[in-house]
Amino acid sequence: MKVSLFITCLCDAFYPRVGEAMVRLLARHGIRTDFPSAQTCCGQPAFNSGYWEEARAAARTLLDAFEDSDFVVSPSGSCVHMLHRYRELFRDDPAALSKAERLCEKTYEFARFFVEVLGIADLGAKFPHRVTYHPSCHGSRLLGVRDEPMELLKRVEGLELVPLPYAEDCCGFGGTFSVKMSEISGAMVGEKADHVLETEAEVLTGSDMGCLMNIGGHLRHRGRPLRVMHLAELLYEGVSGA
Amino acid sequence: MSAAETTAKTVKERAEEALRDDFLRQSVRYTTDRLRSARLQAARDQGNWEAWRERGRQIRSHTIAHLDYYLNQFAENARANGAHVHFAETAEEAVRIVQAIAQRKGARTVAKSKSMVTEELHLNKALEDIGVQPIETDLGEYIIQLAGETPSHIIIPSIHKTRRQVADLLSREAGEELPTDTPSLAGFARRRLREVFLTADIGMTGCNFAIAETGSIVVFENEGNARMVSTVPKTQITLMGMERIIPTWADLEVMATLLPRSATGQRLTVYMSGISGPRREGDGDGPEELHIVIVDNGRSLQLGDPEFQELLNCIRCGACLNVCPVYRHIGGHAYGSTYSGPIGAVLKPAFKKNILEWDDVADASSLCGACAEACPVKIPLHDMLVYLRRRKVEAGRAKPPEALGMKAYAAVMGDAGRFRRALKLGRLGMKPLARDGFIRARIGPLAGWTRHRVFPVLAGQSFRERWAHLERELERELAPAAPGVSERLEEALRRRAEKREGGVERHGG
Repeated sequence: MKVSLFITCLCDAFYPRVGEAMVRLLARHGIRTDFPSAQTCCGQPAFNSGYWEEARAAARTLLDAFEDSDFVVSPSGSCVHMLHRYRELFRDDPAALSKAERLCEKTYEFARFFVEVLGIADLGAKFPHRVTYHPSCHGSRLLGVRDEPMELLKRVEGLELVPLPYAEDCCGFGGTFSVKMSEISGAMVGEKADHVLETEAEVLTGSDMGCLMNIGGHLRHRGRPLRVMHLAELLYEGVSGA
Repeated sequence: MSAAETTAKTVKERAEEALRDDFLRQSVRYTTDRLRSARLQAARDQGNWEAWRERGRQIRSHTIAHLDYYLNQFAENARANGAHVHFAETAEEAVRIVQAIAQRKGARTVAKSKSMVTEELHLNKALEDIGVQPIETDLGEYIIQLAGETPSHIIIPSIHKTRRQVADLLSREAGEELPTDTPSLAGFARRRLREVFLTADIGMTGCNFAIAETGSIVVFENEGNARMVSTVPKTQITLMGMERIIPTWADLEVMATLLPRSATGQRLTVYMSGISGPRREGDGDGPEELHIVIVDNGRSLQLGDPEFQELLNCIRCGACLNVCPVYRHIGGHAYGSTYSGPIGAVLKPAFKKNILEWDDVADASSLCGACAEACPVKIPLHDMLVYLRRRKVEAGRAKPPEALGMKAYAAVMGDAGRFRRALKLGRLGMKPLARDGFIRARIGPLAGWTRHRVFPVLAGQSFRERWAHLERELERELAPAAPGVSERLEEALRRRAEKREGGVERHGG
């Protein structure tokens, strides 16, 4: 049984600790992970900006990298959802399209893989802190991963989960949107950060580093740095006592 | 700042102006908050909301797929009822038709109930040009007309105005200081508009749905003004987009369930009028002459286009505006067109064949998908925004620096070896800019980001660089398989295979 990590370019380059937490959590449950190094990026930045030819160049690396994997697990609901867009991206390329279909059906977002596939919601973690969770739009709304992160969080010993007001509102990241429409994006992340601060949480967690980089980066810019971590990092810290 | 005064050319520039307007942001936030929670509550109370949405989508998609048939049926039946039906391919043609009717009738005033199509045609200005005075009788539209502005929301035209601003506008019209409480302000408008209803030569309405089977027009409203303008004046003109059709009154039941709930969270609007033709013998009221102007103005461009045909399913409820986090901060005028919010961001370019006339409106979205989730007829607006961006790129209308950047992206991300080397180079390049692990400098493409956020530096070692070492460590750490894990994985594989076979069967059969 081959379980592979789809790290996403963002975590690969900026947040390798998220990938590390994921594979260590899997190892604790007896799952050996493999990392096909031919993978780069899902193509979403180019796809969403309208550059589909460029998106295909990146996407093909994933089609090849995960061809022999039985399961693919990723720390980003947004990047996993992008795989579902390959049906449109490769609509004129039947060979790539059939690879894309296979890739979609075997790829899971991290929390969903644990809760739904493995049937494990209690990872035995302890994390005695006040925590709030930002449900990223693509993971929750488009991919439908809403309950799984909550299932994992509510079983963490000592963790006080504070609901985030206006949780379902976008943080303003939106990939290239944050640079192209920077003032609108800035207003959006400003309001999101206000809501995070309202919770008086010590830790902000989520399932997508793009959004967390945005919100965390804004909080630090405002001089209100908060501990921001991916759900996998939080859980791994909770089981390893790090 | 009103939309009329701005010199901003792009959505980005207009948005930046709007972001500096605290009154606007406060008003929009307050009202959209109210509307979106009302919608959710109404959907919960109704129950089976997803099934209602799906039924709504089916009705609309079916109608649009057979639009020529239903339009003909509608026109024939409306004519049989005694209405005059006009088809206008362009905005100019629609304007000429209306002007001709007004001139033939020797009209001096037109009492209008709310109609976004007339806004789209800039009909008020066209009437003024021939010496006819149009008067908006929907309270929100009346306020906007007094302010010399355009609506900033599909159903709440004056959403960007505070109570104080409304009181000032109405006081100026009244020639005296009016109290700012709602009954006093509404009372003044009511008295003033009553005269308009009684003296107008023409009553003008929009149309929420046109029923093909009987040639009837259906109008939803809360103030009774649409009913007044469609009963008192001797001539009635109704303007409708060519896609407003639904086949039957039974279909209206579904639409009447979806529209008010999605728009304002009401179970039904205060008035719902069905109009089948002009006044008949023995009728107590109603116009002697009824004209229905069916407007294309770019709509037929979507017909037969697999990526955009569903755009014509829109029932103009405004739910997508109320949940949009971009609209929430910039309001409607920044979009620079009659229709704003996510639906406006798609309609504005989609109605124009010439890509040169497209501005940056399709970029004004983070693609969060809240619009599609709220849409009562399930239009995938966030996907359509991506298609619009792609069409612009394919037409060679993208900005050169961006196109160059994307070429570089493809070169780097097209090959893992190049990606690895790029990470190494990037680390070196970032070094001089970083302080305690973050970049704050506002330079190059990062400037937009760092104005509101710090940017992280690349990790000292990327995951791929770390993997060989990590893999060895994991090998030592690997626990025995947790109970049931292998079975669960096998089970998932089995289900996947079954699903695939099932899919093939369905495909074949």
